[in-house]
Amino acid sequence: MDSVFLFIQILNGLQYGLLLFLIASGLTLVFGIMGVINLAHGSFYMIGAYMALSLTQLTGSLPAALLLGIPIALVLGYGMEGLFIVHLYRRDHLDQLLLTYGFILILNETQSIIWGDDAHGVPVPSWLDLSLPLTDTLSYPVYRLAVSGVCLVLAIAMYLVIQRTRLGMMVRAGESNREMVEVLGINIRQLYAFVFSAGICLAAVAGMLAAPIESVYPGIGEQVLIISFVVVVIGGIGSIKGAFVGSLLIGLAQVFGQVLLPEFSGAVVYALMAAVLLWRPTGLFGRA
Amino acid sequence: MITLPNARTIAVLLLVLAALASVPFLGDSFYLKLATRVIVLAIFAMSLELLIGYTGLVSFGHAAYFGLAAYGLQLLSPEYDAANLLVALPASMALAALVALAVGALVVRTRGIYFIMVTLAFAQMLFYLVRDSAWFGGSDGAFIYVKPVLRIGETVLFSLDDRTGFYFFCLCCLVFTYVLLVVILRSPFGQVIMGIKENEHRMQALGYNTYRYKLASFVIAGTFAGLAGFLFAAIDGFVSPELLGWHQSGNAILMILLGGSGTLFGSLFGAIAFVGMEDIFKERAIFGPLADHWQILMGVFVIAAVLLLRRGIAGWLVTWTGRRSPSLQERDDA
Repeated sequence: MDSVFLFIQILNGLQYGLLLFLIASGLTLVFGIMGVINLAHGSFYMIGAYMALSLTQLTGSLPAALLLGIPIALVLGYGMEGLFIVHLYRRDHLDQLLLTYGFILILNETQSIIWGDDAHGVPVPSWLDLSLPLTDTLSYPVYRLAVSGVCLVLAIAMYLVIQRTRLGMMVRAGESNREMVEVLGINIRQLYAFVFSAGICLAAVAGMLAAPIESVYPGIGEQVLIISFVVVVIGGIGSIKGAFVGSLLIGLAQVFGQVLLPEFSGAVVYALMAAVLLWRPTGLFGRA
Repeated sequence: MITLPNARTIAVLLLVLAALASVPFLGDSFYLKLATRVIVLAIFAMSLELLIGYTGLVSFGHAAYFGLAAYGLQLLSPEYDAANLLVALPASMALAALVALAVGALVVRTRGIYFIMVTLAFAQMLFYLVRDSAWFGGSDGAFIYVKPVLRIGETVLFSLDDRTGFYFFCLCCLVFTYVLLVVILRSPFGQVIMGIKENEHRMQALGYNTYRYKLASFVIAGTFAGLAGFLFAAIDGFVSPELLGWHQSGNAILMILLGGSGTLFGSLFGAIAFVGMEDIFKERAIFGPLADHWQILMGVFVIAAVLLLRRGIAGWLVTWTGRRSPSLQERDDA
């Protein structure tokens, strides 16, 4: 394996990992702060991908589709939290699993009614549809670099919001001691609604960004959900830092698994998870 | 101590059992097959109830052991000949048990949400393995052309090809599973796992190695899921990777919720309700064009069930018959 090929694989792994981070960070925050397991999180990745498909057809440009899609995702997340998730805070995990599982059934079937069961492609915006030549035969698509860049900007913005703002302080406090936050007079209901909608929105953005790279097909959200679970387990529940490290690890493991062990590529990430569990049952950055 | 159902509950259970036993005499093969599905899925849900309702382990990957044993039957069936039940059934259940032991050794180290996610992740790993490996027949599934038979030496005593005989065989398996699980739960081992559900730290302080008890419970549950998977494969003579998929695991949890967690026999009612609802939602005469998209109806039904139905059919039955099982009582007190 020569160095340029290796370099391309590393870039692919990081790009996939950064995209995973957008999904897993919302999932881990909802677990960590609200104590809710949301199986339908991956469905919003799927909704994002299909929104990219339809809104790009409608507006003719992916950035415009993104701008339109973000408020839609926020409204969907806010509505789901206010109407359904709100009933789950005092319920056990069993009820949370089932209610959000019901959402998966509804959203999957709705997708099949609206868009059908075929796979679709979303065109890369023409001004990003370029390749950087690396050698005579190998080149790297600019769109993938742009996706990595957007994900990195979002990750840094998330870090700044959580570490440097009052809102972020509430999020961190909610993660470490829910009761204390309530006692201090912070409106925990609003905080929950914010965290949940932001998480849903990030998952949808990931779906929209990924649409031109992957084709858009039914069940796209479920695979992503399971991999995000693996990321959260590796990183530790509630830990954004853990989600970041876990996403990059899984991204690289997935890509190198496909190159080095093509027959077992599906199993590599799970083997990694098993190894982490043996070493640290609460994840790399999780608390016991 | 798990209390035995009181006389009225037992009377209702016997009545349901008698109703199930009379299904073959209706002479309708459609309903016979539907009832077979109900019974097999009830065994599956009951095995999961040992984990969820009595050990406090919410597994979301239980379909893996169900599906693996189904594939066990497929792999052990010669292409143009019948497999011997005496070999294929124990071997398929052993396969489920062995994988449950390997996965359990890892997952039982985790708790709460971690446990849910890790069981799901390992089940999906097995799902992809079965779907992508050429050995298992690929994503389209595989057929079992000849149903297994019970053979001693050269004499065939009984064939699962006989619909009515197969049905009663499944019914016997259900009763056997129920009785064995009750015996297990009433044994000292059962006391310990129920203690773990209540308060694991206290059981540790009492000197129990809770890891081993949880692992044993996980393996027992996986083995009985294997029994259900084996029988399920024999219903249609067809297996597909979806049998290991997470929708199958979700369905088992749904049956437990519908039936009411905290009673083993609730799983039977849950399976009846689940198969019944599925059949009704697919009925074009009632739902018209929506019947083609019955998953939406199922989703709405699931959400409504979670929000409105707190103690399931069994909880309602136990209340009606006048005595509460301790775990149900507790759920109300909380």
